[in-house]
Amino acid sequence: MPVWLELTIRIAGVVVAFLTLPLIVGQAEHKVMAHMQGRLGPMYAGAFHGWAQLIADGVKFVQKESVTPAAADAPVFKLAPFVALLPYLVVLLVIPLGPGGLVGQSLDIGLFLVLAVVGLGVVSVLMASWASANKYSLLGGLRAAAQLLGYELPFVLAAASVAMAAGTLSLTGIVEAWRPWWLLWQLPALVVFFVAGLAEIRRPPFDMPIADSELVFGYLTEYTGLRFAFFLLAEYVGIVVIAALTTVLFLGGWKGPFGLDTELGWLWTLIKIFAVSFVVIWLRVAYPRLREDQLQRLCWLGLVPLALLQLVLTAGVKVWLT
Amino acid sequence: MGGYLGSYATLGLLLAVGVLFFLVAMTANRLLRTNRPSAAKSTTYECGLDPVGGDWAQAQIRYYVYAYLYVLFAVEAVFLFPWAVIFDDPGFGMTAVVEMGIFVGVLALGLLYAWRKRVLQWT
Repeated sequence: MPVWLELTIRIAGVVVAFLTLPLIVGQAEHKVMAHMQGRLGPMYAGAFHGWAQLIADGVKFVQKESVTPAAADAPVFKLAPFVALLPYLVVLLVIPLGPGGLVGQSLDIGLFLVLAVVGLGVVSVLMASWASANKYSLLGGLRAAAQLLGYELPFVLAAASVAMAAGTLSLTGIVEAWRPWWLLWQLPALVVFFVAGLAEIRRPPFDMPIADSELVFGYLTEYTGLRFAFFLLAEYVGIVVIAALTTVLFLGGWKGPFGLDTELGWLWTLIKIFAVSFVVIWLRVAYPRLREDQLQRLCWLGLVPLALLQLVLTAGVKVWLT
Repeated sequence: MGGYLGSYATLGLLLAVGVLFFLVAMTANRLLRTNRPSAAKSTTYECGLDPVGGDWAQAQIRYYVYAYLYVLFAVEAVFLFPWAVIFDDPGFGMTAVVEMGIFVGVLALGLLYAWRKRVLQWT
């Protein structure tokens, strides 16, 4: 296969995943939330149980007027949704779907790259909030900055625990090294990583930066039309990314309960990603929003010490084994 | 794509495609959208009332202490990852683990100090 064709297929695969998986998760959220709350959710668009609702939303958003407030810092304001979206596209490049190179591009520092670009989220939020020149946006942005900085730590420490266990920073290498008993060994790291990941993408119960009953709509207050839609898309790509990272780091990625990993690996990965996404949606329905001080307490006095203990446990077991 | 830098060519290309995606979407938006600007539309939104005071509001920046703590631990993470990959290789073993344990322990002590000094409070 010529190089240009291989490159095109890889890039096209990543872009297709970037544009379809979030829509599936978003549609699932509409329907799952609705049924958990005793409603039906969208039923009209596409004629069968509203399957085309998000496509209809997209068509609507692209025709919406784009309003930039007169007081806003226009260039920064307009660029922020793009900065929110691009890191997640990069993350999808290095997530392995199956064994034998079924991945956008395997990088030997994949995990490090992922943690670095996910950390960019705070920049986009600060850009959006400060450039809006709106008091509620600024309050939301400051909350988001403190939240994202704080939860970055347990997030990174939990990931470091897996890197120690596997002895590599390559995501493909981590899945290859993974064994089922790691589910128990890395359980605290799994919990820490998942909770911190939820906070990183600002999903309920960690949505204080948006908090529509307190801050209008936080740092998204002034956004309209397609730029607002991009922030929403970033949220759903975020769910996919956090679910995919949890799958790859902690749940064994393409490894299934019975053989056939080479043939069915991609299916196991997708099933696990959607299962974790379902839990993310479920938590939104089940738990109320935390208060700001409870949020910080949970991070610094709960998750960070737990992650540090996990590091000790991982190092201990690993040295004992060798 | 072969070679060490070759694998990053894919990353660069993907970034270019991402920029292109954004440009195409915004152009489509520009062609399809209505545009009827008005002074009322472009005022700052505050629950539907006229904005009170300046828009560049002053706010108490509560998170600067968290930001300091974050920098400490971010530096720790930079040291942690290279160590995490090699610490069980032959020739490292228990010594490497204890050394990293002391390093992480000192930082954890710092966190404990910050907590005792009551700076980990939002209000």
